Amino acid sequence: MSKKNYKLEARNLNAYYGSFQALKDINIAMEEKAVTAFIGPSGCGKSTFLRTLNRMNDYIDGFRVEGDVLLDGKEIYTKDVRVDELRKEVGMVFQKPNPFPKTVFENVVYGLKIQGIKDKKRLTEAAESSLRKTALWDEVKDKLDKSALALSGGQQQRLCIARALAISPSVILMDEPTSALDPISTAKIEELIHELKKDYTIVIVTHNMQQAGRVSDQTAFFYMGELIEFAKTKTMFTSPKHDRTQNYITGRFG
Amino acid sequence: MNHIDVELSGLRVKLMEMWDLVEYQLQSGREAMLTADHELAGKVLKLGKKVNNFDVKIDRMCENLLALYTPVAVDLRLVLATLKINANLERIGDTAEGISMFVKNRENRFSPEMLEITKAVAMFDEALSMFHDCRVAYKANDTEQARAIIKRDKMLNKIYRKSDTIMAEYMRQHPDNIEEGLALLSIIKKVERVGDQITNIAEEIIFYQDAKVVKHKSKKKLDKDKD
Repeated sequence: MSKKNYKLEARNLNAYYGSFQALKDINIAMEEKAVTAFIGPSGCGKSTFLRTLNRMNDYIDGFRVEGDVLLDGKEIYTKDVRVDELRKEVGMVFQKPNPFPKTVFENVVYGLKIQGIKDKKRLTEAAESSLRKTALWDEVKDKLDKSALALSGGQQQRLCIARALAISPSVILMDEPTSALDPISTAKIEELIHELKKDYTIVIVTHNMQQAGRVSDQTAFFYMGELIEFAKTKTMFTSPKHDRTQNYITGRFG
Repeated sequence: MNHIDVELSGLRVKLMEMWDLVEYQLQSGREAMLTADHELAGKVLKLGKKVNNFDVKIDRMCENLLALYTPVAVDLRLVLATLKINANLERIGDTAEGISMFVKNRENRFSPEMLEITKAVAMFDEALSMFHDCRVAYKANDTEQARAIIKRDKMLNKIYRKSDTIMAEYMRQHPDNIEEGLALLSIIKKVERVGDQITNIAEEIIFYQDAKVVKHKSKKKLDKDKD
């Protein structure tokens, strides 16, 4: 491997749910301030892998990993790494918008409050800044004290992204962030991803092949727990090397 | 069969139908030229309309495929290659029609001596054979053959390059045949263009099959790039 600095790396990574091996010898290096998309059929390991990147699988009984996951060149599966500190660096957005049943404002500043920040001015500034980054500010600035659950699905998802941004992570993981949204909201999130990659490293799991094509710089194709192919997105969608990749992206799987 | 496969194979079938038509035009253009057959030349001209309809239809099919199926990888390359092959086929058809116009505008056959010294017939036959083999290569997805066809274009270029001097000399000797000579020179130029268009098509076959861009490369390099 070259001397280039990668934001996220996996080396000889294996992951197990009990006796079931979900990831097989994954080796991958993701560039900083770029968008990497994970694609593959259900059960291929892409979401498992995404969740190993901020140790989201730690809670699952019988889950264990072998090998290394590195953030900024530092191993994250060691005893001296505090998971809450790790998640400040590596934020996450899920498939379904999951705002807390609180006001819009409280949602955005939730992470900061947990960290013990009470200064009202600082919280207000952080909220505005995060909401502006997710292009939500103009839509919600008059509803900051209203319930987040009253927002539309697309707005809720952008609110969740704003919530993730408020704690200033450097990586954002997205697990099918638009699969529950209509095309307009989807387009807004995709625009947002383009904006965000100027400042953040983004990893996105998507079942929507065209979405991977539109938003990502690099694409990784997983199949049965293996990383089959990892290349520039342009290459993956015009001339993939492996037949498996080609069959999957052209819809001729199986 | 996958739905996109149905659409793609429909596209290929359409293109082959057009290919047959254009091949017939080119063959008949040669025939009409050698026999001064005005009726046959007229037929070639008339077929132009049908070829144009194919051209429009195939473009439309590609447009729909792109809009509705958003093809990627090999599928996308097939659609892109088809668009370009379609355009080249249409141009070859136009050339056959152009040759037929020359036939219609003249009463007599070309002088055998003139045909002999310019090697016009040999050139025309090679172009026809290349065109035929190119169709086979397209149908069989045979990129080896496509590469071979690209190399064969050299012969046409060679004959074309020499034709000016040979004809100038001939016309100096036979000042009465200047018009005939100019007509034949124009036809030779057209056949040379056909060679280029067949080359373009062969390049698209390679692009579609191997995801390699070979156009604008020297023919020597073509062999090196194979792997």
